[in-house]
Amino acid sequence: MSEHEYTPKSKAGKWFNDRLPLLTLGAHLTDYPTPKNLNYWWTFGGILTFCLITQIVTGIVLAMHYVAHADLAFASVEHIMRDVNYGWLIRYIHSNGASMFFLAVYIHIFRSLFYGSYKSPREVIWIIGLMIYLLMMAAAFMGYVLPWGQMSFWGATVITNLFSAIPLVGDSITTWLWGAYSVDNPTLNRFFSLHYLIPFLILGLVVLHIWALHVPGNNNPVGIDIKKPSKDTVPFHPYITIKDAFALLVFMIIFAGFVFFTPNVLGHSDNYIPANPLVTPAHIVPEWYLLPFYAILRSVPDKLGGVILMFSAIFILFVLPWLDTSKVRSAVFRPIYRQFFWILVIDVLMLGYVGAMPAEGIYLVLARVGTIYYFLHFIVVMPVVGYLEKTDPIPMSISEPVLTGGAEPSLARKVNDKV
Amino acid sequence: MSKEEKKVNRRDFLFTASYTVGAVGLGAVIWPMIDQMNPDKAQQALATTEVDISNIEPGKSITVLWRGKPVFLKRRTPEEIAEARAVNMDDLPDPQMDEERVKEGKDEWLVMLGVCTHLGCVPLKDKGDFNGWFCPCHGSHYDVSGRIRKGPAPTNMEIPKFEFVDSNTIKIG
Repeated sequence: MSEHEYTPKSKAGKWFNDRLPLLTLGAHLTDYPTPKNLNYWWTFGGILTFCLITQIVTGIVLAMHYVAHADLAFASVEHIMRDVNYGWLIRYIHSNGASMFFLAVYIHIFRSLFYGSYKSPREVIWIIGLMIYLLMMAAAFMGYVLPWGQMSFWGATVITNLFSAIPLVGDSITTWLWGAYSVDNPTLNRFFSLHYLIPFLILGLVVLHIWALHVPGNNNPVGIDIKKPSKDTVPFHPYITIKDAFALLVFMIIFAGFVFFTPNVLGHSDNYIPANPLVTPAHIVPEWYLLPFYAILRSVPDKLGGVILMFSAIFILFVLPWLDTSKVRSAVFRPIYRQFFWILVIDVLMLGYVGAMPAEGIYLVLARVGTIYYFLHFIVVMPVVGYLEKTDPIPMSISEPVLTGGAEPSLARKVNDKV
Repeated sequence: MSKEEKKVNRRDFLFTASYTVGAVGLGAVIWPMIDQMNPDKAQQALATTEVDISNIEPGKSITVLWRGKPVFLKRRTPEEIAEARAVNMDDLPDPQMDEERVKEGKDEWLVMLGVCTHLGCVPLKDKGDFNGWFCPCHGSHYDVSGRIRKGPAPTNMEIPKFEFVDSNTIKIG
């Protein structure tokens, strides 16, 4: 990984490093050769790390005041909001932090889709990333249940009932998940336990994600393989750290805007009503970041079919590196795929919108059209376009088109040229 | 040569035997870890509920909690019973006679789990296209017998095990 042997300067440092090479790791992370053309879409990895740490720190603090019991949970959350010193701040950071985390992860995922970062040799990074995303959804769902409001209770009921669609063993699995015959105190208890566990699983996967990234190195906006280190790369520190830090500051301004000015805009007011197992709210909606999948679930007029399609919408992403047949990574040089990429972005946004609307009339039609396109994009468009598309010439290296001030045909290379 | 082969076989046997014993041991430890999540004895102990039905007027219904779930007890009018029995079986996604959903001789009492069979919401009474219940979550319509008529729910609302203890009391569970 590291291109040079690192030797600590001090005697004590050398002594320690010979026994546990942490300083070598530190030097690797500092000097790590990074493509010099990374744009701001590449800063979301650092932003996501910040989000994870924010959620862990605020979450640990909240757990000091929260009571995971069906009779006390709602009151303990209000106690945090009203009585605990700065409890309102810490809780609003945690609840809005979940939304900011998803906002960043969606940008990060679409960055990957645009620049082909999921393609060889980075498939494992992509798959680990999707596992992190799945765990994030599980953690967010369970966290939303903990305040034990109406949306908590009925969201938990609807989501756990998804498993009852499984033939034969569905009901047993649902009862097992609940630890009761409905969503009840045992359910709340185990959700709290798992909600505390999952962020640390994510942390472990993040280490693997970064480790897997440091083997081939970063992809970059032109998507070509580069020699490392070379005139195409800069050391991670200070060049990338300072860029990441600037982007993080902008991100934190937006984050703080939500926390201090509209802390409840992303939540649902029904969750300030204590859970009542006898009354279902008139309009159940999940948190915004799950809405596209909710729209897919509701677009199918069959229970098992809807559940299968919803889970497929996520799991299809795992085979994406093998569905995309194009040898060119970056959509910058893929004129046809680029257009389909933006259609997919609009499609997912539209699914999110109709997921928040009642499942009837025009919304149901839109949900069905959106669902069909979502799957067509991955199953048909990606393999076929990759095969038929005439891509634009890609540059020999990052430096050359930049230094000569334009795309000189002599400097361009065909897809199959060796670097 | 043959002696060496024999040795290898003996070692293979030991490996396989060790893995097998290990797998059985692991399974014996994993099962309690899985089963602890099933409903505990306290949850199971709450498995019956007795309900006084003497105050329910014809056409009215009450909702009680049984095992954490709502149970609808509806005293139906003769017109509602007639309506439920006039339905053509071919119109039902989950065909079931109204007679099969009530106790014989107690036809006016419909006792069923007030849980939508789609994803578990509580349907609203006197709503929907079939004069029965309507689930607001994903738009399932149930008729006056609690049978699914329209929408994503796959089956009729479930009839729990229940009995008439005396003319004024129903025991659910």
